[in-house]
Order: sequence, then structure tokens, then C-alpha cells
Amino acid sequence: MMTRLGLRSVEDLFRDIPQGLRTDGLDLPEGVDEMELRRRLESVLSSNEPASRWLSFLGGGVYYHHIPAVVRAVAFRSEFATSYTPYQSEVSQGMLQALFEYQSIMAELTAMDYVNCSVYDYSTALGEAVLMSHRLRGGDRFLVSRATSPERTDVARVYARGADIDIDEVGYDPESGAVDAEDLESKMSDDVCGFYFETPNVFGALEEGWKRIRDIVGDRVLAIGSNPLALALIRPPGEMGADIVIGDAQPLGVPMSFGGPSIGVFGCREEHVRKMPGRIIGMTEDEDGRRSFCMTLQTREQHIRRSKATSNICTNEALLAVAVAAHVATLGRSGLRRMALRNIQNMKALSEGIDALEGFEAPAFQAHHFNEFVVRSSVAPEDVNRALRDASIHGGFPLGRWFPDLKDCSLVATTEMHSPSDISRLTEALEGIR
Amino acid sequence: MRYHQAVHDVPLMFEGCESGPDDDLEDEVRAALPEYLLRTSLMLPDLAEREVVKHFVNLSQMNFGVDNGFYPLGSCTMKYNPKICDEVSAWDTVSNLHPLQDVSTVQGALQVMAELEDMLCEIGGVDAVTLQPAAGAHGEFTGMHIVRAYHESRAEVRKEVILPETAHGTNPASAAMVGYDVLDLPSKDGCVEIEALKAAVSDDTAAFMLTNPNTLGLFERDVEEIAKIIHEAGALLYYDGANLNAIMGKTSPGKMDFDIVHFNLHKTFATPHGGGGPGAGPVGVKKLLEEFLPVPRIVRGDGVYSLDHDRPRSIGKVKSFFGNFAVLVRAHAYIVMKGGKGLERVSEEAVLNSNYLKEQLKDLFDMPYGDLRKHEFVLSGSVLKKRGVRTMDFAKRLLDYGFHAPTVYFPLIIDEALMIEPTESETKDTLDAFAEACRRIMSEDPELLRSAPHSAARSRIDEVKAARDMVLSWRGYLKKSDATISRA
Ligand SMILES: Cc1ncc(COP(=O)(O)O)c(C=O)c1O
Repeated sequence: MMTRLGLRSVEDLFRDIPQGLRTDGLDLPEGVDEMELRRRLESVLSSNEPASRWLSFLGGGVYYHHIPAVVRAVAFRSEFATSYTPYQSEVSQGMLQALFEYQSIMAELTAMDYVNCSVYDYSTALGEAVLMSHRLRGGDRFLVSRATSPERTDVARVYARGADIDIDEVGYDPESGAVDAEDLESKMSDDVCGFYFETPNVFGALEEGWKRIRDIVGDRVLAIGSNPLALALIRPPGEMGADIVIGDAQPLGVPMSFGGPSIGVFGCREEHVRKMPGRIIGMTEDEDGRRSFCMTLQTREQHIRRSKATSNICTNEALLAVAVAAHVATLGRSGLRRMALRNIQNMKALSEGIDALEGFEAPAFQAHHFNEFVVRSSVAPEDVNRALRDASIHGGFPLGRWFPDLKDCSLVATTEMHSPSDISRLTEALEGIR
Repeated sequence: MRYHQAVHDVPLMFEGCESGPDDDLEDEVRAALPEYLLRTSLMLPDLAEREVVKHFVNLSQMNFGVDNGFYPLGSCTMKYNPKICDEVSAWDTVSNLHPLQDVSTVQGALQVMAELEDMLCEIGGVDAVTLQPAAGAHGEFTGMHIVRAYHESRAEVRKEVILPETAHGTNPASAAMVGYDVLDLPSKDGCVEIEALKAAVSDDTAAFMLTNPNTLGLFERDVEEIAKIIHEAGALLYYDGANLNAIMGKTSPGKMDFDIVHFNLHKTFATPHGGGGPGAGPVGVKKLLEEFLPVPRIVRGDGVYSLDHDRPRSIGKVKSFFGNFAVLVRAHAYIVMKGGKGLERVSEEAVLNSNYLKEQLKDLFDMPYGDLRKHEFVLSGSVLKKRGVRTMDFAKRLLDYGFHAPTVYFPLIIDEALMIEPTESETKDTLDAFAEACRRIMSEDPELLRSAPHSAARSRIDEVKAARDMVLSWRGYLKKSDATISRA
């Protein structure tokens, strides 16, 4: 090839880089072969204690669920994994149909008209929801329920800052954790473009006051966040009058992977779809009249609209959408409902078990919960967790870091992965902690 | 040269289970939650595992990936992704970690991340890196927030970001999302025109965004001059790292005096593109901007890694937790396996392949602007027009030969653009076969091109109908299927 190009040295290919800008190679170690790589990484990573080794009660946006083997086997097939955005739809029908199926599943679970084929995660979905509300309604203030994970609200603040939107928080009722409707009402003014709350919220509690909230929000945008697994049973945001629905589909077939990648869910009503961020797959036909799929409504997107696009998103989380579709198809309607039910039942068993212990109160908020809840303890949560670590247990997340007024509380999660003996292993370990 | 993609009639997974079978959970559900919190209907597919496998395996056979064949999609760096990287990312000690675990139980994960930060610092010529952004565009967004925080810290209000008209669409979109007005700079001979840049900068300029080599595959030789102009105006220089595959070890964004850089791990560092994602878009900065990086920062003291959330001047968080960790692990593995010399070779081979293929194709098409290209080159399909054919037709016909099409109609300044990036992964034989296919297509009956593809799972797909019908979900299909759309 070099001779064909008339090159004496490969350096000739870099003669257009001015001498003063040249670097002399990279100061990185020599490469290693696959066997050596494996040896090294095994040694480094073995100091981690994954949820499969220790018993874990952590939640707060990322959950340890069962993933049927079939999900990885089909979704990670290399024809899917090594393709990119399906620009050439005729040779990308596999990915396109799978994404259409994902959109359909999420639209059904959320009871919204349309769901795009993913944004980065729950937190950036909230950021995008704030920006979309602003596009729909105008107004430089957006209200967010304080019963939302700061991992999301903090991200939304950054997204909002770019559009000079202020994020204001609406308090929660200290008894139930539900949205404080009075506070919401008092903060409603003309410059408010919308309001966001979650069900289940950061405390794992389901929102009871959604009717009143919808009334107070009026003609402003109502955005609701939820856990798609919970939606197998609970009333979907679309039935609560949501204009925008967001969430994270990680619980449906995506491993925790230290918090990423997960998959941001983003849906809206039909009349707003042209203001929606992200890719959308539509059904159509080929020249021979066969059902086909392709990307559609692309005039919202950055590669066409550039600075006027509804979002900058290009690379998204498509492969995980395939995993979610495979997961839901495998469980099916009743399997998914059963899984969600098991989460609620384990939550009840665990919270009752903890509440019975001296020095512990659970759940700290009087509400219906899905698969996590707040535990208040007389011993500081950090000390509780230190003791639990000696028993190879990841205890709940100490909430003081997120909510300074909840320093004596931790967020405890359970899923279908916990057997009755796992639950008693935690309560027995807690019993000894004074 | 015969290629035939599989054609399967795969029904939608909803078909045949419109309402889903009833289950016997009603009593238990009602015992768990009060009625006003429950949903009343749910329509989901329900397939036996065997059917799920058939469904997706047959779908996958109607999907073209790098593992199927040559995928010269310009700007996207569709290189081969080593399988060991996937395997490592699926290990228990990676996939089953929870982000809120006590740091004492995730030391290995933090070490991998810290090492990746260090390696990216060296490759990018920067002083500090955040791994939080989820993709290239997200890195740009993060970078633009850093620009904003920097100027604000100096009590300056600057409203404008300048970028060349050849820039990728995410560049202007990201700048706009951070509140900047975007100024498109015309180019000259495919590169930044220094005089135009001088005329455009002002004390309102916040930053200039550039990728080098640029989206035409040309190295911006005047980059030193550009950096001087931008810095003298008090603005910052942003590097879009999508094209880093061309220059590793030869130069670096830092050496070129860029202040902020994003890396596309799913391009340069071989993490699979996943049919659109997930990727990862770490951002590197020079020392003076380190304090603005997102929180938390990974810090090391006494051989122990911890997370520092207390950075008062940080822009905040751009994503939950620490970034797309499973993707980061893959990139880490790839870089360690290649090593410093290996990465330099990657760039040499990517540039060699690109120039070799360009030499074979340049006489078939117009190739504006100079000869030496870096990792990719852009041809103009304007010659096709004389035969009543467009670049899109040519691209579709390539599919019949078993090649994925190049990027088309980008950058916008090239008429009927074809943007070709072969990457280092491909053999000479593959490049020759691709060139031969292009040559043959050039002499084919134009009708064969206009009606292509002929050996893909579908013939030409009607995008106009998709936009008009707006069938975007199964329920939407049921609603609208006085059915203009028939089964395959
Ligand atoms: C030149 C260029 N810049 C930026 C991007 C955006 O990166 P991402 O898709 O990872 O968001 C891309 C790729 O799509 C690109 O090719």
C-alpha cells in the first residue's frame, strides 16, 4: 500500500502536521495480550464487592434485578451491537423493528402516545423534560418536587441553566412524602412553565395526590417520572394527565454496571411530538409494499436543524432498548406483573421486619411504596452500614448526603432477587446493632 | 461479489397477543395496593423463550454491523471491537456493582476509572478528565458549560460560540443548549479561513469549536494561528474528539493548544456502537479549567480511592453517578491491550487505509481540496447527477455489494457528499473490493441505482410515508390501521 501511494515512510502521511505540533509518541506502557489483560483486570476488579457476592439493599435509581439469560444472548448479538444509528434503513430492519417494539412497550407501560428510542438516562431525561416544557409553554421557572433524587435534580439544574431557566423545589409532606399541594399552589405563577414529580418518588412512595396536582398545574406542563417496572401494576402517568413522562428502564433487563449505561425513557402526547428530543422510529413501507421501519421526524434533530434542534443528542442507548424489549417479551404481561408484585411483597416483608426491631422505624413515610422505603434508626446510618459490611451486606443508602434533614434515615431497597432468608439475614444483622 | 441479506417475515412481538393472557394475580395485586393506585389495563407481548430467541435472531440477521462487513461510515469510526472488551464488561465485578456502594467496596472500579482518566490525559494532552458524559454530544454540552463557568468566574458575559460550517450538527446544537448564539464560519479550501475567523471573533466570543483533522479529513494546518487568535480574544478553544483516530501519538489536542477536549470512546477506543448507543464521551481540560469539571471527582490518597463531591466551582452534574461505566471498562481494556505504540499504529494504519482508498476512488468522483487526507475523506457525487443519479442512490447500491454505505450529504458544503472512513481494521483486500464495487456501480444502468437496494431485507424504504403516517407504536398502528400498512 505504501508503494502504491509513493510513500517512503508512514511518517509521510503526517507531513501536514506542523513540526512544532508533533509529539513523540505516547507515554503509555507497552501493550499486553489478551491473557495478560485478563489477569490484570481480574486482579484489579476482584477488590469490588458486587451485589451478586454480598447481599445488597441499595436502590436510589439503580436496582439489582434478575435478567433472564436470553436477554443478553439475543440483544448483544454482534449484528446489533456492532451496528450504528440505522441511517441505511434497508439493511437495518432488525434494529429498527426492535426499537419500534421498545417504543411500543414503553408507550403502553406509561400510557403515553409516543416514547422515543431513548435518551442517556433518567437524569438527562429530566433535563430534557425541563427544556421541552420551556419550548411548549414559555416561562423561566420550572418546579420540581423535592422528593426527587438529587442525582436527577442536580443534572436538571445544569440543563436548565443553559436555557436560563430557574429550578425551584416544591416541598413534600413530612408525614407521607407526597407532594405538598399547598406549597405547589403557592409557587405557581405566570412564569412557571411546568412541574415535575415522581411516583414512586425518591423515598419509594407512590404519589396519592395526582388529581389535585393536575388541577393546580392547570395549562402548564406536567411531567411525571416513574419506574417502568412499577408501571406493570400502578396507574400510569398517562392516566394522571401527564404531558411528558420520563423514567429509566434499567430495571427491565439492564445490569447495574456501577450506574451506567442505563436507559432514559422519554415520552409525550401526540400533539407535542414535534417538540420532543431524541430519535423516533416509524412504521412505513418499502417499494414493494412490505411493512418496514425507518427513523422519522428527523427534522427535530441536530444533524438537520443544528442549533435549532430540539436536543443535541445523537448517540443514545439503543442497544439497551433492544435488551428491554427482549426482557419484557420474555416475561410477558403476567410475568412482568408477577415480578412487580414480588417487589411490593418483599418491600412489605422487609419493612415490617425492620420496623419490628428496636431502634428502627420503617417505613418512615406513611404511604404505599413500591420496592424501596426510608428507614429511620437511632444508630447513625453510616454506623449501621459499617457493622453490616462486616456481615458482607450492603445496607441502605444513608440519606443525609441527599437530604441534610434526614441524617438519621437510610433508603432501603429490595427486589425479587431477595429470598425470605436474605430478608431475615438483614434483620438479624440489624438486631445486633446498637 | 454477491451479497444477500436474510429476509425474514418477523411479526411484531405484539401481534397475536393483543390483550395478553389473563393471569391469576388480581387478588394478590389488590391486597398489595388500593384500587386508585392501580392501572386498569395493560397490553404487552407474551412470548415463550423459544419464540423470543427466534424473533431476535431473525431480526439480527436483518441488521448490518461491523462484524458483518465493511462499514465505512465517515465520522463514526466503525472499527472492529475486540471481543475480550465485551466479556470483561459483563464480569460480575463490573455489571453487578451498585453506584451507591461504600467506596471501600468499589476500589477496583475506581482504580479502572482513575487509570482511564490518566491514559486519556496522555492521549489528549490534557491535565484532567471527567468520565461522566454519556456520549460525544454530551461531552460537548459539558464542555460548553465549562466555557460558560470559566467566563462567569471572570465576571464576563460572552454570548457567542463560533464553529466552522463543516462542523458536526451536535456542535451547534450543544452550544445552543448552553445558551450560546452560534456563528457559522465559512471555510476556504475546506479549512478555517483565518481572515474570516479574525473578522468573526470579538469580546463576545466565548469559544471556538473545531475538530482536527476536520470533517473533510483535512488537517487544519493553521491551528496554531487559530489558537492564538482565539486565546488573544479571551475565548476558549474546544476540540471535538470524534476524529482522534487520525492523530494518536502524532500530535494531541493539548499540544495544539485546545483547552477542552471530548473523547468518543465508542469511536476511537473500540467500544461497540450498539445500533446507536450506548457510548461514552469523557471530557478533558487544561489545568486552569479543572475546577469546573463535574462532581464527583475521583481522588487518590494513601493508595485509597475516594469520591470528592465538594468542588464549589464545579458546573455540577451532567448525568447520574459516574458515567457509562461498562463502556469505560471496555475502552480501558482496549487502551491497555494496544499500549502507547499500538495506539500510534492504529492512527498510522487508519490514515494509510484512508489515503489508499482515496487514491483508488478519487478519479471516479470529484474530490475537492488537496490530496493528503487523514483518517477519512469526502468525495462529491456531483458527477452522478449527469446520469440522473444521486449520491443516495449510489449509497443504496453499495448495500447490494455487501458494504455499508458511507455517510452521505455531510459535510453540507460538499455537493452530494460521500464521507468515507475505512478505519485501521480493514485489510487491503477489503479496500480493493470496495473500490472495485464503486467502479462497477459507476458503469451500471442508472435505473439499477435508483431502484437499489436489491439484495437487502427491504427495497427502498418510503421515509416520506413514515413522516406522514406517524405510526410510532403498536397502539398507534392499531388505531391507524384502516391499514395502509400491510404485513411483510
Ligand atoms: C464529528 C462528530 N462530532 C460529534 C459527534 C457526536 O458524538 P455522539 O454521537 O457520541 O454524541 C459525532 C458523531 O456522531 C461526530 O461525527
